[in-house]
Amino acid sequence: MPEPAHPFEARVRSTLAEHARLPVDVETLQVYDDLFQAGMTSHASVNVMLALEEEFDIEFPEEMLQKSTFESIEAICTSIASLSAIGDPV
Amino acid sequence: MTALPGAPDSPHAPLGALTDPLSEAQATPPACRVGVDLAALSDVQAGLDAHGERYLQRVFTPHELDCCRTPSGWSLQSLAARYAAKEATIKVLQPSGYQPDWNSMEVRRQPDGSCALVLSGTAAAMAEEAGITSLSLSMTHEGAYAAAVVFALCGSPPDAALSLPGGLTPGLLEFAALNERKKADA
Repeated sequence: MPEPAHPFEARVRSTLAEHARLPVDVETLQVYDDLFQAGMTSHASVNVMLALEEEFDIEFPEEMLQKSTFESIEAICTSIASLSAIGDPV
Repeated sequence: MTALPGAPDSPHAPLGALTDPLSEAQATPPACRVGVDLAALSDVQAGLDAHGERYLQRVFTPHELDCCRTPSGWSLQSLAARYAAKEATIKVLQPSGYQPDWNSMEVRRQPDGSCALVLSGTAAAMAEEAGITSLSLSMTHEGAYAAAVVFALCGSPPDAALSLPGGLTPGLLEFAALNERKKADA
């Protein structure tokens, strides 16, 4: 199996597998595949958001509450990276 | 034959003048928006199971939680209907960027048992920007799903909206009252 392109990818996939309630195997999805097209409901995306917050010890601010933040594995990884960067000590 | 006061041929009303606010509203109907959403009870159950109190606090207001609490636990139907109402409201607000926080859209139970929408914070700001002057809400649930429809009037002052047929709803009153409070606070 190839290495994940993003350092968070494996943990994001694991979170999606547990909380996104997708009708397809998360491992079959490409990083740019649309998760809502794949069957994730808006409510399931809320559960994913809460799970990601717990997994990565972050909090999604209101400004990031939009479909595009959670629409793909890549988008989620990018969002987490931006939030984690904010939390890094300078 | 005696003409009724206000009738077109009555001496009390100038010919051709439409002073009835209902007629004026019908002559220039305000723009409207509608949003609908369907929520699965199983998604609510999944949120409760996985995140418990954090899920409840993040998505629902204290008043909503009071309304959804039963002696035997949480009413999934009531929670799902309220979630659907929030999503339907987001569709009405049509945010160009991020969506408002769920807690800024509250389903407020009225004394007569009906429910109305009360917006605050970002949701209220988005409604104001969109020119929304009144909101009306309807919710339902059946089996494994709950649904909500939100109807909004845009571009008319609340007083005019209240004079429209069927416009005297708790949702309109709440929103008009909110607007009045905002004006008073300004």
